[in-house]
Amino acid sequence: MNKKASNQGPLNRVWMFFCSVKLTVVILLSLAFTSVIGTLIPQNASGAFYLQKYGQGWNEVFKALDIVDMYNAWWFLLLLGLLVVNIVVCSIERLGYTWKIIFPKKVVFRLERFQRLKHKETFSCDNSPDDLVSRYEVFLKKRVGKVTRETTDTGTALFAETGRWTRIGVYVVHLSIILLLVGAVLGSLWGFKGHVSIPEGQTTDVVELKQGAHEHLTLDFSIRCNTFDVSFYDTGAPNEFKSNITLLEKGEEVLTCDILVNHPLRYKGISLYQSNYGTASAKNVTLAITSRGSGMVYQKLLEFNQPVDLPENRGQFIMERFASGYNFRGHNLGEAFVGKVISPDTTETSVIIPLKFPTFDKMRGGQLIFAVENFEKQYYTGLQVNKDPGVWCVYAGFILMIIGCWVTFFMSHQSYCVEIRNPDGTNTLVEVSAIANRNAQSLKLKTARLASTMKELKS
Amino acid sequence: MMNSSMLLSITTFVYAFASVLYIGAWTFKKEILAKLGMAVLVLGFASNTAGIGLRWIESYQMGYGHAPFSNMYESLVFFSWTVAALYIFVEFKYRERIIGVFATPLIFLAIAYASLSPNIADKITPLIPALKSNWLIGHVITCFLGYAGFAVAFGFSIMYLVKPENKDDHGLRSRLPSLAVIDELTYQMVMFGFLFLTIGIITGAVWANSAWGTYWSWDPKETWSLITWLIYATLLHLRMVRGWHGKQIAWVSILGFMAVLFTYFGVNLLPGLHSYA
Ligand code: HEM
Repeated sequence: MNKKASNQGPLNRVWMFFCSVKLTVVILLSLAFTSVIGTLIPQNASGAFYLQKYGQGWNEVFKALDIVDMYNAWWFLLLLGLLVVNIVVCSIERLGYTWKIIFPKKVVFRLERFQRLKHKETFSCDNSPDDLVSRYEVFLKKRVGKVTRETTDTGTALFAETGRWTRIGVYVVHLSIILLLVGAVLGSLWGFKGHVSIPEGQTTDVVELKQGAHEHLTLDFSIRCNTFDVSFYDTGAPNEFKSNITLLEKGEEVLTCDILVNHPLRYKGISLYQSNYGTASAKNVTLAITSRGSGMVYQKLLEFNQPVDLPENRGQFIMERFASGYNFRGHNLGEAFVGKVISPDTTETSVIIPLKFPTFDKMRGGQLIFAVENFEKQYYTGLQVNKDPGVWCVYAGFILMIIGCWVTFFMSHQSYCVEIRNPDGTNTLVEVSAIANRNAQSLKLKTARLASTMKELKS
Repeated sequence: MMNSSMLLSITTFVYAFASVLYIGAWTFKKEILAKLGMAVLVLGFASNTAGIGLRWIESYQMGYGHAPFSNMYESLVFFSWTVAALYIFVEFKYRERIIGVFATPLIFLAIAYASLSPNIADKITPLIPALKSNWLIGHVITCFLGYAGFAVAFGFSIMYLVKPENKDDHGLRSRLPSLAVIDELTYQMVMFGFLFLTIGIITGAVWANSAWGTYWSWDPKETWSLITWLIYATLLHLRMVRGWHGKQIAWVSILGFMAVLFTYFGVNLLPGLHSYA
């Protein structure tokens, strides 16, 4: 690092800027704090919503800074980009150095480093030094790793180490973050997220990409919804949504299966997920017609757009459609049937029969009052249609991140030194000390355990 | 017949008693009270475990059949359980007794809030279809292990800030373990919490991908758990690379725990998919 710092070209200054962990901290905290904004201000709502809720001034500010879609705003993406550059530059700067530690030409232990340590486990015993050395050599090899033996001025030192490779853990974590972001970019460049609504029995191959924005995409296969089922618990809460789907290629059926929430269908890199449902239409509708004059109630089974003759010679009725949200003078009446009466003199009157208000048609004041007595719902299924070619990259990142964090947090490069001396010719003195690149506390505990086992081992 | 709600109410009082014993051990400098506190805590943990198990069985008897991690009540009870489990582990591993003073009250407060707050229903309800997934169990358990790690770290951070640095102070607060030990424990707990929060976010993402087809949708709960993650990632860098210690780390850990609390409670005030827990 110093080598570069002494050579202060502008390029090097940029390099040094990206090399700093201060920058990392600043970026991480900036991401944290700006992310809060998007959870307080609803994202991707309609323009009218922001205008109404926050007023003209704020609306302008939001537009200028892309607050309404802030996780895709240029400044948020810029922060993520800086993060990547920061990690890459830092890793290049440090990896060479770490690499030399991980793969040294020759492993060397320096006795002075251990001797300088404040914390050592010491005990004495009456075995001969040679006896202890051979015992501990076997023991250390089993418990720690390869053992190096060295004769010192005062006796013998045994060194053993383990976990050299764990120094790579941090780089694995940082690599995983890059994989996540690369995966996200792949997904946004070559993937799509869309939605289809298919009534039972119908087929489509056109996916709506953005609700209301009229952006469409045509798939190279088509999707038929055979049936849709929803079942409920006795509490009335929904239990399961299930669409039975057939995929067709060039008109030929290739696959039939069920799609449930949490059980998507994947086909040719495209995934179909159950996302919503609704009532598309109705079948086997039974109409109840009450005559104001005679008080009689007549029942008619009808189909859409098929005229039926009305009783008491009052002409014909045509059921035109089923509306999932009928708007009546600015009020949403909910699900409703819409039809018309054609009287014998050919004047037409429209008839609205909302399900929630069964006596609604009375208000029309006609001679006949229409209500729907019975019908079967015909559902549509709403499927999310996604393609994300970056998922594998993101998942690889997930796996590496977990492994890398585990290695970084709970493992370390540990070197142990056992010095065996016999200064006065009677008692043999044993000193156990250890160095690790992190987790000093757990190293201390581990050294203590090791020493106490070694003490037991002496006889 | 004992049902799970009753068993868990009893657990609340057992945890309260354990906290009182720990606080007593600290105030009166009686090691024996701390030992007793641990015994009572283990008892509370056993009945907490039994309560969760019983509730699981009850949900099958009612015909809903799901793991008891699906609403605020169940998640708070489980939160107490994970913090208790982690704390018991830490006390056995590090052999420090007094540190329970700041951890056991958290265990009690979470379950007390679940049992006593009128806003939290303890009824067993069926799962909505989106929550019927094996990922739910893995996701909830790992997230809560993460939260538990951060909660215990928070307790230790408070302890660090409370303890006087002055060695001549022989008051109440000086009876806490040495600053170096508290500092190390805080850091260990943050690492534990961070690993599990990471796994929790990842299992959530994999689940979201299998249920809705996107692994990340910036829903407020997701975003807040990411914010929490970023704050603790900052803490780890400050500690590992810039050598921050002691008070500085304690404050960052407290900030991080505020984010945890908001992820847990505050987000329910915002709209989104996760509003169930
Ligand atoms: C959130 C995204 C992250 C970014 C942007 C980031 C960035 C950085 C940077 C730029 C450095 C300094 C350069 C280096 O030493 O390689 C660094 C160091 C480090 N990071 Fe991260 N990091 C992130 C996440 C993590 C996570 C999750 C961990 C936890 C395992 C972690 C652990 C470390 C460690 C231990 C170091 C010190 C490396 C050393 O001692 O050489 N980082 N990080």
